[in-house]
Amino acid sequence: MFARGLKRKNADGEDSPPAPPSYSLQRQSLLDMSLVKLQLCHMLVEPNLCRSVLIANTVRQLQEDLSLDAAWRLPAPPGAGRGPLERLVSTDILCRSPWEQQGGHSAPDSGGSPAPDLCELPGAPSAQALSSAPGCAWEADGPRESRGGFQASLDQILETLESRAPRAAEGLFADVDGPYYDLDAVLTGMVGAKAVPGDGFEALASAGAPPPGSSCKRDLGELDHVVEILVET
Amino acid sequence: MGEDADARKINHGFLRDHGYVTEADVISTVEFNHTGELLATGDKGGRVVVFQREPESKSAPHGQGEYDVYSTFQSHEPEFDYLKSLEIEEKINKIKWLPQQNAAHSLLSTNDKTIKLWKITERDKRPEGYNLKDEEGKLKDLSTVTSLQVPVLKPMDLMVEVSPRRVFANGHTYHINSISVNSDCETYMSADDLRINLWHLAITDRSFNIVDIKPANMEDLTEVITASEFHPHHCNLFVYSSSKGSLRLCDMRAAALCDKHSKLFEEPEDPSNRSFFSEIISSVSDVKFSHSGRYMLTRDYLTVKVWDLNMEARPIETYQVHDYLRSKLCSLYENDCIFDKFECAWNGSDSVIMTGAYNNFFRMFDRNTKRDVTLEASRESSKPRAVLKPRRVCVGGKRRRDDISVDSLDFTRKILHTAWHPAENIIAIAATNNLYIFQDKVNSEMH
Repeated sequence: MFARGLKRKNADGEDSPPAPPSYSLQRQSLLDMSLVKLQLCHMLVEPNLCRSVLIANTVRQLQEDLSLDAAWRLPAPPGAGRGPLERLVSTDILCRSPWEQQGGHSAPDSGGSPAPDLCELPGAPSAQALSSAPGCAWEADGPRESRGGFQASLDQILETLESRAPRAAEGLFADVDGPYYDLDAVLTGMVGAKAVPGDGFEALASAGAPPPGSSCKRDLGELDHVVEILVET
Repeated sequence: MGEDADARKINHGFLRDHGYVTEADVISTVEFNHTGELLATGDKGGRVVVFQREPESKSAPHGQGEYDVYSTFQSHEPEFDYLKSLEIEEKINKIKWLPQQNAAHSLLSTNDKTIKLWKITERDKRPEGYNLKDEEGKLKDLSTVTSLQVPVLKPMDLMVEVSPRRVFANGHTYHINSISVNSDCETYMSADDLRINLWHLAITDRSFNIVDIKPANMEDLTEVITASEFHPHHCNLFVYSSSKGSLRLCDMRAAALCDKHSKLFEEPEDPSNRSFFSEIISSVSDVKFSHSGRYMLTRDYLTVKVWDLNMEARPIETYQVHDYLRSKLCSLYENDCIFDKFECAWNGSDSVIMTGAYNNFFRMFDRNTKRDVTLEASRESSKPRAVLKPRRVCVGGKRRRDDISVDSLDFTRKILHTAWHPAENIIAIAATNNLYIFQDKVNSEMH
């Protein structure tokens, strides 16, 4: 039942037990998962609108969270040091139990309350502070990871699109009042009509190692775009 | 058909399993009629099976009658929407009985798009002694007819006949999730994800739209209707629930389009429990008025809540169904279980509420004593006439012998549909493709 397919942070070469996945990684995994869920429509039967709406709302929340993070990651003026630190602080709250179970560790005895997995949003004031050095390393990792993960999920979406190409023509003439989630119709139409999405993806793939802030911003731009496409009829 | 009926037959209060499990047999709705004499189930294959309670036998006057198959019929067939190139599932989403007005029984059954009114009648006599036809119905040779006779009604084996009396089609663009018969017994409503329509039971080519939450731009869609029900006594009032956890009580006298609610019931979010899944788990999967009409019962992913119609700010009671899942929400999101829609039910006196959970567990909460119990619906753990043993899910700490740990719960065995007899302590539990009926023999009357 437990999480399969959720990424685990690469812990090669470490003597100590692998560190729990960072908040950013968990959030990215959740976002990937959500995007995949949205585009996995049953071909024959209309998917559940309630489920699609709830997932889309979750994607929006994740997007907002990402954009808040991006705001923090930009070079901050000297006086604003406190803010980013508070944001980073939240990763401490995240639970490790699903990953630990996968790795064969015994689940922490819930004598105390178990740290919840990805279940606490940032902003809880009571968490302890991380020192700034690991924080910076985490920062540098974050965007690259999220770009990789984002790219993977976009690839998946595009792959699915290609396999559905024969239906594209029908989709284009779908009823305006048609299903909210008629993704292939909209996406095929978009890709056909404009070159922007394609350009954006290629740019993403070929990007070198831009500074964390700007790549994260570009991620968000693409994410924005994809979310727009996904929720559009 | 006969084999199906046999396989679904209730034996000593428990349903015998099929030797095989087919998707089509998964029960998708369960509903007692107003007297509790009949119990209808709908399944994914579009079939409706109606059970009837046997009258109490003279030999055991205190023994409750048991339920046997009364009628089975194919209510809905799979359809294909050519415009959208999509299949329309024949799965029965809801069944609602009409109050009985004559010898016949009537029920409404609905799939995603079409509601049908079925009439169930009994025939236990047939005419015999026709002049022109013989016993097999073949025309007689007129030369052999020498005298006239009047056909007489002779008793025959009981035959239950079901016929579709109305088909209410093309009223919904989105998937129907609820139907509810009005207390006026003339109208009923059907709700889909974005709209609610009001129908007259005798008119099939027209319906009135009374709620429409579809935004002008579908991109702005963030909330859908998840369930709705008419008030049991006030024919002008109805409630509908949303995917954001709110309830709206509407008065049809206020306006033709009831987009503006009369009352909005919403509990403020608990900031200490906030997560990315907060909204999903707050989505209300079922709403039921109490028999008294004074309260509403809602089910969201982790809790059941009792609301007082006079208090909109928060529920008056909240019961944790399976709070141990709160730390597993990410996994439950991944395997889609977080979107499971559990139903809830009141007992006849509104003192106990019941809802299903995973691992074929179902939970009951006594509102007066504040005690709750977890029971399991399974053949292994239940023998005919045995008393159900309370189950416990352990979440760490002391573990008793028969406890189940959270990690051993079977999330494929879920009890989404339950029903409580309107007057007695008899419950119907649908566990995938099995129907369980449990009766409280000790306390047969409501307390």
